[in-house]
Amino acid sequence: MKKLKVATVWLDGCSGCHMSLLDMDAAVISLASKIELVYGPLVDAQDFPEGVDVTLVEGAVSSQDDLNKIQKIRQRTAILVSMGDCAVTGNVPAMRNGIPVQRLLQRVYVEGAIEGKGVPTDGVPALLKQARPVREFVKVDLCLPGCPPPAKTISGVIAAVLDGRKPDTNLTVKFG
Amino acid sequence: MSQKKISIRIDGALVDAREGQTILQAAREGGKTIPTLCDLDGITPVGGCRICMVEVEGIDRALPACTSPVQEGMSVKTTTPRLTQHRRLTVELLLVERNHICAVCVSNGHCELQTMATNLGVSTVRLAYNFPKLETDLSHPKYVLDHNRCILCTRCVRVCAELEGAHVWNLFSRGINTRLTADLNGKWGDSKGCTGCGKCVQACPTGALSEKGRAVEEMVKQNERISALAQRRGAEA
Repeated sequence: MKKLKVATVWLDGCSGCHMSLLDMDAAVISLASKIELVYGPLVDAQDFPEGVDVTLVEGAVSSQDDLNKIQKIRQRTAILVSMGDCAVTGNVPAMRNGIPVQRLLQRVYVEGAIEGKGVPTDGVPALLKQARPVREFVKVDLCLPGCPPPAKTISGVIAAVLDGRKPDTNLTVKFG
Repeated sequence: MSQKKISIRIDGALVDAREGQTILQAAREGGKTIPTLCDLDGITPVGGCRICMVEVEGIDRALPACTSPVQEGMSVKTTTPRLTQHRRLTVELLLVERNHICAVCVSNGHCELQTMATNLGVSTVRLAYNFPKLETDLSHPKYVLDHNRCILCTRCVRVCAELEGAHVWNLFSRGINTRLTADLNGKWGDSKGCTGCGKCVQACPTGALSEKGRAVEEMVKQNERISALAQRRGAEA
């Protein structure tokens, strides 16, 4: 049987959703033989591959790099899932949205720094004006709110796709 | 009770009601559930949140159950695809209007807006988030007002005016700029009228009003105490 190509992506989030993904315990063993993890913080691949079946996106779209990534990912993914509140609502990363970017960077990296004061520019992507949910940039096929969403909810989505079912959009979900 | 007894149908079932009751009151007494947000048993209903909208046979538009009086022979539907769509959109509008960051809210897990979203199966919104820049009023020695989490249900306004008799809270400005305000647009801590009783905090359905020192998930509201107090007052009167 052809393995399901699954990717995970970590945009502006805390990695808690990836922790929840790993928290599926023994279920990961039965999934492991049926899926191939082709991209994400858990694997080495440098470039997002073509023809991915399911991509789980953690985090809000917050920088120019996030935006470039998510557009490419959308083109190369059949089912795009917003995993967790940051991807679905903006959540904590969006709490900066009322503050102008320059003011924010000044406060954190200059006023807030004890040494090495200065806004970093090398090797870091430029921040967008606001951190916003994935859905506001590209089409999202399924939203799993929660901070983080329960492991069972995440594994349930993968299991549904494996069974050839459409992931249940009437799942019991909870923000926060 | 000398009020005239009347019969209405709710979702097809016959329910006994009394003249002067609202559809919501009759439904509750008849064991039917109609979802609500701005309603709180014991204070005057205002029909503000539009979550309790129901369909009444012979009337084209949906009516708020909390403020619509029962009439003899009325047939009410509480759950239809159209009403569910209305309710979902209402919750989505509330979620995008201000900054409801459940993950870091004192009321996470105990919030009526959050629960309503879950119950209605709202897993995302179809509109762009507003992300307004809003203030937090920390001037009161015991309590906090966070405008980011306020849904303008006015439960605090009503409970303060009707049960505490202080009428500290008001709504200020109009439309999307509407804000809850203490006295004549002052700081809560400067209010001469506030008795510090905390009824507004207990009545608040979200984390907009909370006790100082509460961390994430720690603010559990006891609005049943508001209803119990109102009932005792009613019995005394």
